[in-house]
Amino acid sequence: MTSSPPTRRFRADKPLVFVLCAVPLAWLVLRAFGVSGLSLGPNPVEALLHGLGLWALRLLLLTLCVRPAAVLLRQPRLMRLRRMVGLWAFTYVLLHFLVWLVLDRGLDWPGIVADIAKRPFVTVGFAALVLLVPLAVTSTDRWMRRLGRHWHALHRLVYVAALLGSLHFLWLVKADWREPALYIAAYIALMAWRWRALRRA
Amino acid sequence: MRRHRNDSCPLPSEITPPDRYFNRREVMAALAAAGTVGVGLSGTAAAAPLQASKNPRFSLKESPNSFEDITTYNNFYEFGTDKADPARRSSRFKPQPWSVKVSGEAAKTGTFTLEDILKPHALEERIYRLRCVEAWSMVIPWVGFPLGDLLRRFEPTSKAKYVTFKTVLRPKEMPGQAFPVLDWPYAEGLRIDEAMHPLAILAVGLYGRTLPNQNGAPLRLVVPWKYGFKSIKSIVEIRFTEKQPSTSWNRSAPHEYGFYANVNPAVDHPRWSQAQERRIGASLFASKQDTLPFNGYAEQVAGLYSGMDLRKYY
Repeated sequence: MTSSPPTRRFRADKPLVFVLCAVPLAWLVLRAFGVSGLSLGPNPVEALLHGLGLWALRLLLLTLCVRPAAVLLRQPRLMRLRRMVGLWAFTYVLLHFLVWLVLDRGLDWPGIVADIAKRPFVTVGFAALVLLVPLAVTSTDRWMRRLGRHWHALHRLVYVAALLGSLHFLWLVKADWREPALYIAAYIALMAWRWRALRRA
Repeated sequence: MRRHRNDSCPLPSEITPPDRYFNRREVMAALAAAGTVGVGLSGTAAAAPLQASKNPRFSLKESPNSFEDITTYNNFYEFGTDKADPARRSSRFKPQPWSVKVSGEAAKTGTFTLEDILKPHALEERIYRLRCVEAWSMVIPWVGFPLGDLLRRFEPTSKAKYVTFKTVLRPKEMPGQAFPVLDWPYAEGLRIDEAMHPLAILAVGLYGRTLPNQNGAPLRLVVPWKYGFKSIKSIVEIRFTEKQPSTSWNRSAPHEYGFYANVNPAVDHPRWSQAQERRIGASLFASKQDTLPFNGYAEQVAGLYSGMDLRKYY
């Protein structure tokens, strides 16, 4: 048996955050499979698509909250959780995209390409997904070491992706912009904090 | 696509034998009961039975959506913008007593009680397709009567080129009206010939019962060949005008929602395609279906728009 160093005692924070991030997905899956009378309601595709998309955006913004929280609360350990939250955000984005491709658009490729090209809210959503792919791929320790200082530069793309994700939501709604405005306000606040931190440094 | 006006649509009175007309006294009793039954958890609780003759000439062969789908998946922003809000947040709404103000270019104007409005009309059931501008659809068994039959009673003058409708403004009973998502009260309108078309009805019920609050109690418009937002709910005002009226969604986003809003698979909403629609109540794996010109009612209504550029007048 290996003896772990004293600092590596078991902490519940990672498993806890992992499970919390999985809860919305589990809830959607239970509803999709009609477990114990649950359902996705009269429009199941929409419920699944919007549920995944909403949690994708929430977790993406939560990823951006980690560093301000770690600094403001003086809890540097929180930074250890960021990768996991980010990867969960990517998982929701990817599932949201796949549900759109398969269940909503029925793999109608010409229609899918036309939507991505012609409809600004689809274009920005798709762009956000594309930007997040290299970030998910290079999220491993190996890639961090390999990219060194460039890793940080590359991962600043998450700021663009989160903005595009918020716009994707705003441009989807018909008239009630209150909820997307909330996410955009959160995004602006998080970016303002970073800008101030940068100026102080 | 140009077609000549198709006059093959008979008036309901021509095809429904009078003995099958529904007993008007019972309607009044049912509507009154709907208003006096205690407020339940949702508006659905207050629904009272109605009698109506079936009108197969105006009904689809498709099987209707479930009562639950029709009454829990609604766009009625006066009660909130989530589809589930109208069912959840409409229990405080009181559809009784009710009256409708009629004004403008007509000989007989004034304020009429719901009972006055309904008295001479026989109710019929019509199973219509409803196509939302958001690219989903339902099939609904409405109970109502032709709008034109009511409008003619007010004797519109030759200046009456359009009809405007308004929804009730009651922020205390309609929590969605607390925030100006749209410019309340909701307003809609039709050209007079559209309003007089036998397919356009005023509904007072669905599935043989009075309308639940979330579906536009006690009186709503149903224009099946137009996107759902034209079918204004909980009507308190009817006005005959010479000029084309300003309508709520058109004011909110003029480049997205036109005055006509005829269902048209060839003219996309600027943000999404209108070529296909998702049928509510279908399974997670069901594919979308093609949207039909004028929502499948082209044969009856395309003539109303002959010579018009439907891309311009969307």
